[in-house]
Amino acid sequence: MNLSFLATVVFLALAVAPALAGQDQWTTIQRGLYLTRAGDCEACHTADPAKRMAGNFALQTPFGIIYTANLTPDPETGIGKWNADDFYQAMTKGREPDGTRLYPAFPYTHFTILKREDSDAIFAYLKTLEPIDQRIRPPEFTWPLTWRFLMRGWNLINFKPHPFQPDPQKSAVWNRGKYLVEGLGHCGMCHSPKDVLGAEKDSGRYSGGEVEGWWAPSLSGDKRDGIGDWSKDDLVSFLKYGRNDKSAAFGPMTDVIEHSTQYLNDQDLGAIATYVKEIPARNDKEPARLSDDQNRQAQSVGGQIYAAQCSACHAPDGSGVPTMFGPLKGSSVAQSRNPETVIRAVLEGVRSAPTDKYPTPHSMPSFAWKLTDGEVAAVVNYVRNSFGNRAAGVDAGEVHAIREKPSS
Amino acid sequence: MARKLPSVDVLIIGFGWTGAIMAEQLTAEGLQVLALERGVWRDTSTDFAVTNAQDELRYRYRGELFEEPARGTLTFRNSPTQTALPMRRLGSFLPGTNVGGSGVHWNGQTWRFLPTDFLTKTHNEQRYGPLAADMTVQDWAITYEELEPYYDQFEYLCGISGKAGNLKGVKQEGGNPFEGARSRDYPNPPMEMVYAPALFREAAAGLGFHPFPAPSANMSRPYTNPLGIGLGPCTYCGFCEKFACGNYSKATAQTTILPVLMRRDNFTLRTESEVLRILKDRSGKRATGVEYIDTEGQVWEQPADLVILASYILNNAHLMLVSKIGQPYDPATGQGVVGKNYAYQITSSVDLFFDDKYFNNFVGAGALGMIIDDFNGDNFDHAGLGFIGGGYIAQWTTNGRPIETRPVPDGTPKWGAKWKKAMRDSYLRSTSVATHGAVMSHRQNYLDLDPTYKDVYGRPLLRMTFDFTDNEHKMSKYLTDKATAIAKAMKPREFKVNGRDGHYSIVPYQTTHNTGGTIMGANPRESVTNKFLQSWDVPNLFLLGSGAFPQNAGYNPTGTVGALAYHAAKAIREQYLRAPGPLVQA
Repeated sequence: MNLSFLATVVFLALAVAPALAGQDQWTTIQRGLYLTRAGDCEACHTADPAKRMAGNFALQTPFGIIYTANLTPDPETGIGKWNADDFYQAMTKGREPDGTRLYPAFPYTHFTILKREDSDAIFAYLKTLEPIDQRIRPPEFTWPLTWRFLMRGWNLINFKPHPFQPDPQKSAVWNRGKYLVEGLGHCGMCHSPKDVLGAEKDSGRYSGGEVEGWWAPSLSGDKRDGIGDWSKDDLVSFLKYGRNDKSAAFGPMTDVIEHSTQYLNDQDLGAIATYVKEIPARNDKEPARLSDDQNRQAQSVGGQIYAAQCSACHAPDGSGVPTMFGPLKGSSVAQSRNPETVIRAVLEGVRSAPTDKYPTPHSMPSFAWKLTDGEVAAVVNYVRNSFGNRAAGVDAGEVHAIREKPSS
Repeated sequence: MARKLPSVDVLIIGFGWTGAIMAEQLTAEGLQVLALERGVWRDTSTDFAVTNAQDELRYRYRGELFEEPARGTLTFRNSPTQTALPMRRLGSFLPGTNVGGSGVHWNGQTWRFLPTDFLTKTHNEQRYGPLAADMTVQDWAITYEELEPYYDQFEYLCGISGKAGNLKGVKQEGGNPFEGARSRDYPNPPMEMVYAPALFREAAAGLGFHPFPAPSANMSRPYTNPLGIGLGPCTYCGFCEKFACGNYSKATAQTTILPVLMRRDNFTLRTESEVLRILKDRSGKRATGVEYIDTEGQVWEQPADLVILASYILNNAHLMLVSKIGQPYDPATGQGVVGKNYAYQITSSVDLFFDDKYFNNFVGAGALGMIIDDFNGDNFDHAGLGFIGGGYIAQWTTNGRPIETRPVPDGTPKWGAKWKKAMRDSYLRSTSVATHGAVMSHRQNYLDLDPTYKDVYGRPLLRMTFDFTDNEHKMSKYLTDKATAIAKAMKPREFKVNGRDGHYSIVPYQTTHNTGGTIMGANPRESVTNKFLQSWDVPNLFLLGSGAFPQNAGYNPTGTVGALAYHAAKAIREQYLRAPGPLVQA
């Protein structure tokens, strides 16, 4: 058998490894891997799984396409010639070693709070990757955004480098959570609303945001348009396994689960949950009732479509099958004030992230070919306003716009 | 000229139920496992979404999940005196192809064989005297008691819904009183009974029989199996057999094993790779790997230390014959073993028509039904009956699919206004009682290579020689009479008996329960493999599937196929890997 050969190789590898790298070095690199995952760097910096971290991932932004950087230690096309200071400057100030300004699609606005030792650990880890020679394509922007110096103006308005400032009134756990959520986790990049310049707004932070054709739902303490009815354990389970009894990650969030949060330890997940669960409720006024016409359509057409197409998995009473087929009753995604994700899910279908605890990527099929814009609107209005749910109505025109708009 | 690839620890030929079970077990052992599948990858969400899974024309009638006869078929005849002709359309049985194999389109009726089924020869001879001269039944090389832990393992993998009738020797009210002892109950409770099986239960019990809910691989509730894989509750949509399940509710390789297996780094699946033959070294006593062809016509040699033959039983027998492993069976002399004891099953039914009862058969599931086992195996006295073996009698409510379901009483025209009226009157107000009987092995029923017809690769086609014998006809008649008695007790307006007389026909669909051809046994003179499914001739070759059955029992085979695969896997993990070689001395 090849087994004996395999055993020999493993033995040799174990015997040689400590000689190559001291225990401290190993720890730093391992910590770097952990933090690299916490930052979900892979989601944007790996376009081709065969070329891990070699960049060239086409990042769709409202202003055009940006191709992500090559983070492998290739001297010409990657970060092979950088030192730890250069890396720290890029992470925290958004400047390349030669002073070139990075586009803020790279979350230096979040990474600016990164501790120096954490930046160094990530850098040490990246230096261990296989160097891959891959030149990065220039961004596809319309003039004048191609002038990078304009980013200086953007930074003047939107960005000031600053270190992490713990809140002494809060617990160490909460502060760790804040450091992760606001820093490496860069959760606000998706979950906060953005202004016309693409910067996160100060008001309404974490009240949901638009991203790649989806609506990243609100993380606020509201019960309908928020996760006020989630416990900390619910949130930890969601981040660790991609599912909990109330929901499952889908759309762009599956990347976050698969590349990042499933690898975080329970302390850090607990810290994230502690911080997120203290995001206050906005207590918006109740959404407007469906118009008479919307209501009629929802009850007749929508109800019939729900019974025929949806109820087998989601159950007639919307209770679903927790951890397999998402419950719609009480769902914050279903009741989001922005219906884009609900409509997108019906049109394109969704796939949950396979994780160690839930290895099956339970999926919902696409209904784009089967339902018209009006039918989608009717069933979405039905789901958003049945089983005790309440949310603003949608019209066929909105469905049509989402159908025509690309998503990731 | 074949191009040679790097060797692997384990090579699995065919990636259906048993291939997936073995791959999961041996990757867990740390081995590098490669599976070669002639068909394509397919999965629930990408191929069998709920929006398209219930397309009767596409799947049932255009056969999208089945083997294509144009790519691989067999020749058939009823007796050795005839000339066999190629089967150009599927009919009597529907083998699958592609990842998951036939398990993707099964109903989910998941049985254990009776303890006496494993002792067909000695038990029947002891009780009834010598058997018919042309009957070639044998004892299995394994007993029910030995196999029990592996039945249990497969049932928990699948999440079978059912009610135990015998827990550690203690009879349980409401279960099957005839079954062998179980170490624990089913992982899930029985399915919800609809009206037809409930009516059958009442009628059968009234006649003194012992009805119980069918063991089902359709989930009666959400289930997480021991591998951590979640299955959804069955929606009773009635699209199981001949279809793939869109709701993750029917146990298949895709819903119970693949999500975990495909994540393992030491497992590789290579699809669209059809194995042409198993290669041997010069001694002929060791498999060195296989030769396979890809869809571009390139032939590859894939070496391996251990070869697992896990394709459909007809392909398993065919590959053994074209690879010249083991002595082919000769019905004239009774010598040889490969191709011996091919068997099948014999079915019949009674259709019932009512005026006052609605059954709504479209609310169904593949293994939703009530059963009596009073006339299965040797659960009853066969003295003076002139046959051995038996079968179960069932009210299955599997479906009311619109194209396939055409229940009309005797005397109805085949088309036109009267036929339409009869359909309208009967569709919701009819049901049926079915029998599902054993087929014993006989000298003249066997598999070999056809002397005339060849496949696209130039290999001779497999030739099937099979007919029902007196034993099957008498047995089926006996079962059908009992079924008719129950049908009458259900008090229909009228009923129609669909018996199975005359020669076996390969045209109408009956069951995909082909067995034998590479049977297990106590010694190499009588069998192809030992009790661990290990080839007597080539000890680093194992053959999975129902080919191992020395004769067929009165039950659907999948439960026993799964149990045998787990039993073989355990022997490989705990015995063979420590000392590669024969696990049973000939």
